Amino acid sequence: MTVQATNIAPPFTMIRRLRFKAPLLVVFGLAWLGLMVLTAVFADVIRPYDVTQMDLSARLVGPLTQGHLLGTDELGRDVLSRLIQSIRVSLVIAFGATLLSAFFGTTLGFLAAQFRGVVEHMILVLADFQAALPFLILSLAVLAFFGSSMTLLVGLMGFYGWERYARISRGLAISAGAQGYASAVVQLGAKPSRVYLRHILPNVASTLIVSMTLTFPEIILMESGLSFLGLGVQPPESSLGNMVGFGREYLTRAPWIMLGPAFVIMMTTLSISLVGDWLRDKLDPTIR
Amino acid sequence: MLSFALTRLFRAVLTILLVMTFAFVVLRLSGDPASIMLGPDAPTDSVDAFRAEWGLNDPLWTQYFAYLKSIAQLDFGVSMRDRSSAIDLVLERVPATLALTVPTLFIQLGVGIPAGVYAALHRESTADRGVIMLSIFGFTIPSFVMGLVLVLIFAVTLGWLPSGGQDTWQHAILPIATMSVGGIGILARFSRSAMIEVMGQPYIRTAMAKGLSWRDVVWKHALPNASVPIITIVGFMVGSLIAGAVVVESIFSWPGIGRLLIVSVSNRDLAVVQCLLLVIASTMVIANLCVDFAYGLLDPRLRAKAAAH
Repeated sequence: MTVQATNIAPPFTMIRRLRFKAPLLVVFGLAWLGLMVLTAVFADVIRPYDVTQMDLSARLVGPLTQGHLLGTDELGRDVLSRLIQSIRVSLVIAFGATLLSAFFGTTLGFLAAQFRGVVEHMILVLADFQAALPFLILSLAVLAFFGSSMTLLVGLMGFYGWERYARISRGLAISAGAQGYASAVVQLGAKPSRVYLRHILPNVASTLIVSMTLTFPEIILMESGLSFLGLGVQPPESSLGNMVGFGREYLTRAPWIMLGPAFVIMMTTLSISLVGDWLRDKLDPTIR
Repeated sequence: MLSFALTRLFRAVLTILLVMTFAFVVLRLSGDPASIMLGPDAPTDSVDAFRAEWGLNDPLWTQYFAYLKSIAQLDFGVSMRDRSSAIDLVLERVPATLALTVPTLFIQLGVGIPAGVYAALHRESTADRGVIMLSIFGFTIPSFVMGLVLVLIFAVTLGWLPSGGQDTWQHAILPIATMSVGGIGILARFSRSAMIEVMGQPYIRTAMAKGLSWRDVVWKHALPNASVPIITIVGFMVGSLIAGAVVVESIFSWPGIGRLLIVSVSNRDLAVVQCLLLVIASTMVIANLCVDFAYGLLDPRLRAKAAAH
């Protein structure tokens, strides 16, 4: 069966499989994501002005003017510089949160697969709870009452989508147990930690990576939504969502404040979706 | 079937209890409501009086049981701000939110599913590619960007539609349009893949081989089977509708429960936030229950499985 064969493919064949000709849109998506990552890494170098540097004589200057490529906002701060810094903040939050939620969810999934019974039911109840409250509303309640800090925001976003990883890793771990290679290592005397980390995890990694490409844009949207509502990233820090939120006040007089970050959010989530879909077709053994 | 229903009901009740506990813990542990409501400079004796009146001096678990007991008696407390009953405050906002979410849901179902099914039946055609592209755009555009761009075009530039408020039916057009887009994208994409999967099944080939008309194959064999996964997504969409309402109501100053949530969260109005969380969670739990029972009705295989369970 091809399913079995792809399941036990070592990582390097996984990468070799990726070297098929990528469609134009995917190349475009990868290029945009590369640009975003570079922007985030070198934000301090390429930023023309400081994010908080105000120039009260040049307030609400339109885009494409001398010295301010994307114009300035209501305090005369350079929109391009703020945009670059916001890309960094938003990406860092989304990246940290994606890793956290993958770690958290996979651990719970493996625990459920290992212990079954009560543990499994408790995790199921937690997933029910998560499904009963829209995440945006849950985060609104938490952030509003504990105040918004960067750590809390990343931690909170790290709960986004954990149930997806938990469900996948539990299912895959249980079926791996039935496939023989896991029980073979158990009978050789390996501890559960070794069985899960060294033997089962590598085999389920590709499916988990695919779910990460699903979660990542959703976390970006969630964070920017919260920041837009004024409860995510707080000034003087800025994120893409909070730039749109503040730009909204100047929608009629200075739409460029809001359009730049809105465009970046859209392009980024769009690129990840395109790349993620393509990755899923290439990597995910369950849909072959 | 009965035991399946009972298990689901039990889990639903447990979920609601968990949401209540969550609301209680988060809201009570996060800070002293007295100093927030009265301000940091309030005299000590008025703070003490406030604390005594709202039972804030009791141990936390006493407060918790008092809270559970009052909810069991359908008493959700009164708003700390203007002393009106919290549940009344919430209920009077519900119609405004329903006026946005119900039409949105119908538009999403009415546009998303046909578009997806049509695309699946005409794979690789221009229409199919168009549907895929539009649906990807639909769910990657955040609703707040969509809303603001629509305002910029239709309210600011063209001046055709109002940009906020709730006076006439025209005021509802932009909010509903904003909320519909994302769900249409998700539904179209999902129904397309569900339909493609079903059309590849052996029973479809059998149905075609025995000479059924294309219409009968699609309507009697493919669609009922594809409806099962589609129903799942519709269940999830109720949640995103409510979350979407929070954002959209705040963009268009629409006086529904979403705006009430934002306002009471920033006022730290405990009773109202708790009540809202509970109302929202109950709606979601009921929606999910309906989805679970709809499975039983739509898919005889699951019914048999549940009976055997």
